[in-house]
Amino acid sequence: MLEVSPEIEKKINDILNKYIEGEGNVISLLQDAQETFGYIPENVVDWFSKKLDIPESRFFGIATFYAQFHLKPRGKNIITACCGTACHVKGSEKLISTASRELNLKGDEDTTEDGEITFEKVACLGTCSMAPVVIINKKMHGKMTTEKLAREIKSITKAKK
Amino acid sequence: MGPGGIASSGADVISTFESELKKVKVDALIEEGCSLHKVGCFGLCSKDVLVDLEINGNKTTYQYVKPNMVQRIVQEHIINNKPILEWTTDEDYQNFYKKQVKVVLSDCGKVDYDSIDSYISISGYRATEKVLKTMSPEEVIEDIKKSGLRGRGGAGFPTGIKWEACRKVESQQKYIICNADEGDPGAFMDRAVIEGNPHAVIEGMIIGAYAIGADKGYVYIRAEYPLAVERLTLAINQARKKGFLGKNISDTGFSFDIKIKLGAGAFVCGEETALIVSIEGQRGMPRAKPPFPVYKGLWGKPTIINNVETLANIPYIIRNGAQWYSSYGTEKSKGTKVFALTGKIKNTGLIEVPMGITLREIIYDIGGGIEGGKAFKAVQTGGPSGGCIPVDMLDLNVDYESLAKAGSIVGSGGMIVLDEDDCMVNVAKYFLQFTQSESCGKCVPCRIGTKRLLEILDRITKGLGKVDDIEILEKLSSDVKATSLCGLGQTAPNPVISTLKYFRDEYETHIKDKKCPAKVCKDLLTYFIMEATCTGCVACMRACPAGAITGEKKKPHVINQEICIKCGACFDVCKFKAVEKE
Amino acid sequence: MINLTIDGKKITVLDSTSVLDAARQNDISIPTLCHHPKLTPFGGCRLCIVEVKGIPRPVTSCTTPVSEGMEVTTTSPYLEDLRKTVLELILSDHPNDCMVCEKAGDCTLQELAYFYGINPPIPPLEKGGRGGIFAGERRVYTKRDGNPFIERAMEKCILCGRCVKVCDEVMGVGAIDFTYRGFKSKICPPYERDLDCVFCGQCVAVCPTGALTGKMWTLKGRQKEIKEVDTICPYCGVGCSITLHVRRNEVIRVSSKDDTINEGWLCVKGRFGYNFINHRDRLTRPLIRIAPKNTKEAQKIRSSEDKTISNSQPLNFSTSHVFREASWDEALDYIAEKLKTIKEKHGPDAIAGLSSARCTNEENYIFQKFMRASIGTNNIDHCARF
Repeated sequence: MLEVSPEIEKKINDILNKYIEGEGNVISLLQDAQETFGYIPENVVDWFSKKLDIPESRFFGIATFYAQFHLKPRGKNIITACCGTACHVKGSEKLISTASRELNLKGDEDTTEDGEITFEKVACLGTCSMAPVVIINKKMHGKMTTEKLAREIKSITKAKK
Repeated sequence: MGPGGIASSGADVISTFESELKKVKVDALIEEGCSLHKVGCFGLCSKDVLVDLEINGNKTTYQYVKPNMVQRIVQEHIINNKPILEWTTDEDYQNFYKKQVKVVLSDCGKVDYDSIDSYISISGYRATEKVLKTMSPEEVIEDIKKSGLRGRGGAGFPTGIKWEACRKVESQQKYIICNADEGDPGAFMDRAVIEGNPHAVIEGMIIGAYAIGADKGYVYIRAEYPLAVERLTLAINQARKKGFLGKNISDTGFSFDIKIKLGAGAFVCGEETALIVSIEGQRGMPRAKPPFPVYKGLWGKPTIINNVETLANIPYIIRNGAQWYSSYGTEKSKGTKVFALTGKIKNTGLIEVPMGITLREIIYDIGGGIEGGKAFKAVQTGGPSGGCIPVDMLDLNVDYESLAKAGSIVGSGGMIVLDEDDCMVNVAKYFLQFTQSESCGKCVPCRIGTKRLLEILDRITKGLGKVDDIEILEKLSSDVKATSLCGLGQTAPNPVISTLKYFRDEYETHIKDKKCPAKVCKDLLTYFIMEATCTGCVACMRACPAGAITGEKKKPHVINQEICIKCGACFDVCKFKAVEKE
Repeated sequence: MINLTIDGKKITVLDSTSVLDAARQNDISIPTLCHHPKLTPFGGCRLCIVEVKGIPRPVTSCTTPVSEGMEVTTTSPYLEDLRKTVLELILSDHPNDCMVCEKAGDCTLQELAYFYGINPPIPPLEKGGRGGIFAGERRVYTKRDGNPFIERAMEKCILCGRCVKVCDEVMGVGAIDFTYRGFKSKICPPYERDLDCVFCGQCVAVCPTGALTGKMWTLKGRQKEIKEVDTICPYCGVGCSITLHVRRNEVIRVSSKDDTINEGWLCVKGRFGYNFINHRDRLTRPLIRIAPKNTKEAQKIRSSEDKTISNSQPLNFSTSHVFREASWDEALDYIAEKLKTIKEKHGPDAIAGLSSARCTNEENYIFQKFMRASIGTNNIDHCARF
């Protein structure tokens, strides 16, 4: 069994109790775990698997199926670009390539090397009238342009320095 | 206050109103019936923030309201009763509503989404009381059947018949599920309904549960809609407190309660069998039908799955009668349908129209025509499962049958308007990218077939297409449609099929001439600077991320084609239209 | 009972039979890849599609239950064409290295590709691509497991899910599951670690392609020159039926047939524990211990052992000075004589018998009978009791 610190154990125990009381399922369990840790740590999955006698492979299968779950820690700042149809026809592709360029992300990477910024794409957010839409640290920005996005990214990286 | 309103600082506008009203001490006025309501989405999102002011029955609507405008509105309009005409809504706003018929959306924007009392004050929960106290389940089903209501989630299956089938299955335990996993990119009516009038959905579920004999309900809702989840949770709790949910509702002996389940980001979970296994806590991989969920659904029990908009229609049908509802629409498609009108159109937002209205009426009368005076090219309906309808079919009636005949679908009701600047091959590629990344991977045609379709489209947009690619696309599209397991794969090729049908020449130009007529596909483009119009302002030089532009100040600049990454930054930044693409 | 017609043939089957089973019971063949008769239907490979009158699109026969008056068509140019497309799609994402594949000759995918005349692969076109009309990107997995039993060549996996289901439904282990989704889907252990399970190899047995094979089978021989010998597993009293695959008088693989008492399922020992057969330490004749008469002699034997046996080599009993080879007759006589002597001198309760889990039920029965009736003691026990 992978090691779990007492501090983490307390947190996941709370999640487990909530799961047992509220007849939850593996998905809601993982949602709570992600809410707590920001991603799904391997040792936490291992712990749940042993406690619930549910094979670890089920957890991993679910965690990799749903886009919401992350297996690696994410950046401190999160930028999400909407890839809905309206956003697409209004130029979200350009925004995505701008962000990847500004953040120096290669291939499938979504988090900058220093772990500061994670850049993600999301299926339609349903705010098509403001297309293209980008969410920066939970704040929604409508009618985004490449310049504005580059400016926002620079202001985050500057704030860190 | 939908997300459009929130993102356009709607919350700030409200708080400014609150503080301004306090400042000028209109507390007295509030007692006299002037109060501040937060309401759900009005529909015309492109003019957010919209504020309705109603003084002694006279309603004035302000558009594009910003916090710094609030003080003047309060001073001049509320205190001195002089509306500020230059800020009120224009003709567009009136036209936007003229041809609409609002049923589902009728109370969105009127009712305070945070308050069950507000909903009750506009006859809310009266349908529930009527059903539970005076009608038998069979009578309810008969009513819904007579109304002609069909599933608003996409497939258009008659709701009453579905309920009847479930009613007839004998089982100790049945479930009703509200499908709020609105995943179609470009559709957001379900979100707006839940955010604007959550109690209508709850009422629809109670009535549905009573009709089929279920005592448990689930709302499967996208986690990407936090606001909707919040408002729905509150509404369920309020309904429970008022005794509309829980044991022995209104002393009728009928018990029913609702649980919320959050989706975790998988489009395929909008498919009913995948949705069921997702609620059960598994990977959302669909299973083959039959057996249908009506017979074997959640945990193997008979289950009804209805879409948000379908359920929100129910209380209105019960209250106003089946005949009233079926007076709208066409022979086979009754009632009204909500569409999300977006893309290159002037008035974007949610509209509700009677079935059978023409596309022209929607796009030109309600939508106000194409943005920026460009030429209309096509309208994409039904999201990734739908198709594109070209300009010469603008007089097509919008109903289940006519759209299907044209190679598209009503679907969940997304309508994305495309203009001359949109490349149809690129649009098809966009949708395939979406379905490919959302394919669950269970069945071969969807897992590998959509991948191959996407690869072919990708090489066409890169100028690497081969002459027989169109033929392969057609063959593979029809085979993937025929052999895929679930609705996702069965409809995934639709965008390809419909664009091939109506815009075949665009494909051919990409393949044979290696050109993109709409100038979208970047591998087929060259950017260059017109010497005559370039003022040498260096804006493009600064914007170019690749350092491909050289030149001196006040002298025409040049793009080095070998370094150019075709990002289009120079094109966007040039104020003199000196950058051209070809 | 349900009456239906399949390909014009009137047949009657039990309620809740699937269309596929109904067809197969009546000798009507329908191709499948993901279906396994002992596992829940999956409906993923889409090869078993059939046309049912009244249903607009083809349905998978493995998942569709029969209904009264159903009219099924299992073959038509349209259906065969669709099946061919599906197979072509599968092969467009397959290494097609049948030449060097362990499973060649015993591979369902290969058989179907042959019967449907799928165009042979031509050399790679673009990066990772290959010939055929649906040429395109292929999945590439270079990771190899460190486990000693199961070889996982995941680029050959067609995601039929049989291994996942057998692990879950039959074994109750759940060591692997579907992970990721769409084209990137793969079947793997949690967090893509090396396989760490009971290694029953049931997944290997049900895999219709060369994705899962036994590590110890590698390069030992495929289907040619194989003699199949049915026998009983020697490991425990359950007595599973096994089939030895013998090539040039050497067991190179063990399998089990579906119609056996164990329904074709085996455990790690039965499936992979056959190395002892040709092991040089295996006892092939009875040995009698040479007991030293006194300490001096014992020392002598020990010192001679030290010279002949180095520590790095395992003890070879037959050549050791401690034992000498004997015939069965001699050994049995010897045992009988010794038992008699002990019984006379110390009484029957001075003797105890311990039998082995590797004996059959019948053998164990005879052994206890022998101890109780012939020796006259109740001192009888069995190793599996501990």
